[in-house]
Amino acid sequence: MVTARVDDRGRDLARSVAARVTDPEMPMLTLADLGVLRDVEETAERVVVTITPTYSGCPAMATMRDDLVHRLRDAGYADVEVRVSLSPAWSSDWISERGRRALVAHGISAPGAAPRHDGPVALSLLPTRRAVRCPRCDAPDVRLVSEYGATACKAVYACEGCLEVFDHVKEI
Amino acid sequence: MSEHDSVYDGLSGHDAPGDDSQWAFGTDFEDPLAGVDTTIPDGVDPAVLATYCLMLGDDALVHSHRLSQWTSRAPDLEDDIALANIALDLLGQARLLLARAAAADPAVVPVLPEGSPVPPEDALAFFRDTADFRNLRFLEPENGDFAETTLRLLVGAAHRLALLQRLATSRDPVLSAIAVKGVKEVTYHRDYAGRWVVTLAQGTAESRRRVVTALPRVWRHHAELFRSHPVEVAAAASGVGVDPATVEGEVGAVLDQVLAVAGLERPDVPAAGPMPGGGHGMGRDGRHTELLSRLLAEMQSVARAHPRGLW
Repeated sequence: MVTARVDDRGRDLARSVAARVTDPEMPMLTLADLGVLRDVEETAERVVVTITPTYSGCPAMATMRDDLVHRLRDAGYADVEVRVSLSPAWSSDWISERGRRALVAHGISAPGAAPRHDGPVALSLLPTRRAVRCPRCDAPDVRLVSEYGATACKAVYACEGCLEVFDHVKEI
Repeated sequence: MSEHDSVYDGLSGHDAPGDDSQWAFGTDFEDPLAGVDTTIPDGVDPAVLATYCLMLGDDALVHSHRLSQWTSRAPDLEDDIALANIALDLLGQARLLLARAAAADPAVVPVLPEGSPVPPEDALAFFRDTADFRNLRFLEPENGDFAETTLRLLVGAAHRLALLQRLATSRDPVLSAIAVKGVKEVTYHRDYAGRWVVTLAQGTAESRRRVVTALPRVWRHHAELFRSHPVEVAAAASGVGVDPATVEGEVGAVLDQVLAVAGLERPDVPAAGPMPGGGHGMGRDGRHTELLSRLLAEMQSVARAHPRGLW
């Protein structure tokens, strides 16, 4: 509930401070770019920030929560509460266009469209086919090295053009 | 790179009184369900919902711990990381499910010494005895070699994925949300394991020999996956859970698909029977092999030695 004591400018400030907090593992992305930041609500007493986890066990969530609390405290908001929203589940489709450009600029391939899980999930015994291009030389000729990379959200590819190995943020 | 220049950054700046976000076990006390409405749906027995969540949560916790034992020991770096990532996904699911169990019925949470900072989901993971765990015995055996691990992961993931897909429509919105998220993760686990089973079975004579040897060992506990426990039946009847007997056909079809591509057949081995000691003799009743006791002894030792999180 927003009270009369809060003016529009104040509300915008809390939101913009929260939106500028970056992902601890992919610091070229803000939490807003990543689609993790779901809501920022300011009342007379406190700022309530709602975030959604990317993966169930993502260890970055605790750091995101701490960073949000500390950035907002630094901006003068004494009472900050971070809430979790589990539904709808995070999707890589929520990464913003700005975020996708920032990933590529840092040598990380951005995810394609997330798979839809409407009916039973089909088993796939062949390597996942994705239209991935090398984020460094833009060559389309790449090969999957591992479906799992340095973090749960990334797969590892190698470019057959420039031979660089690179991370690809997985579609989920 | 302004705010994460140093790995020690998280240790400073916690000057607010009562800030318990850094503690001895290395994580913090962020409530995984902070702000989530944990009201129990009408007509659902809180004890049934809590016990049902413990079953799914304990499956994830035990399997996660077993897979984490591969860390630094897998055949190559990629698979070391893959198994660690799968273990992490399952640990995350376990944490949410144990937290949901604790919120549904606080009576399931062990009572710790006054002043202990341990949150409910950690109390459930680290301070319950073997007989209080509700996981399937299927998940308890030691890893064996990489072939045995991938076979167990294939069967376990196929079973879990089928359950989670149905739980997406659970009447409990918390369980439903955990399941929807879990489906995305376990889909990767099942594909990863399935591909490795085919690769090993169609690889060298030695890799095939290993799969053929491991299959009957994994299959001994296969029937347990689809045996209905009264709590699962009650949870299904009230619309929050799934009776595992209803997923046997679907899981079997997936496993047969992998076995066919791999050139393997379902092994003809006697199924492990009920354990003595009461109840229905199932893992779901808390009747376990001694392997679980050993696993828990290792997993719980640090937390139990320092229940206040201080040393």
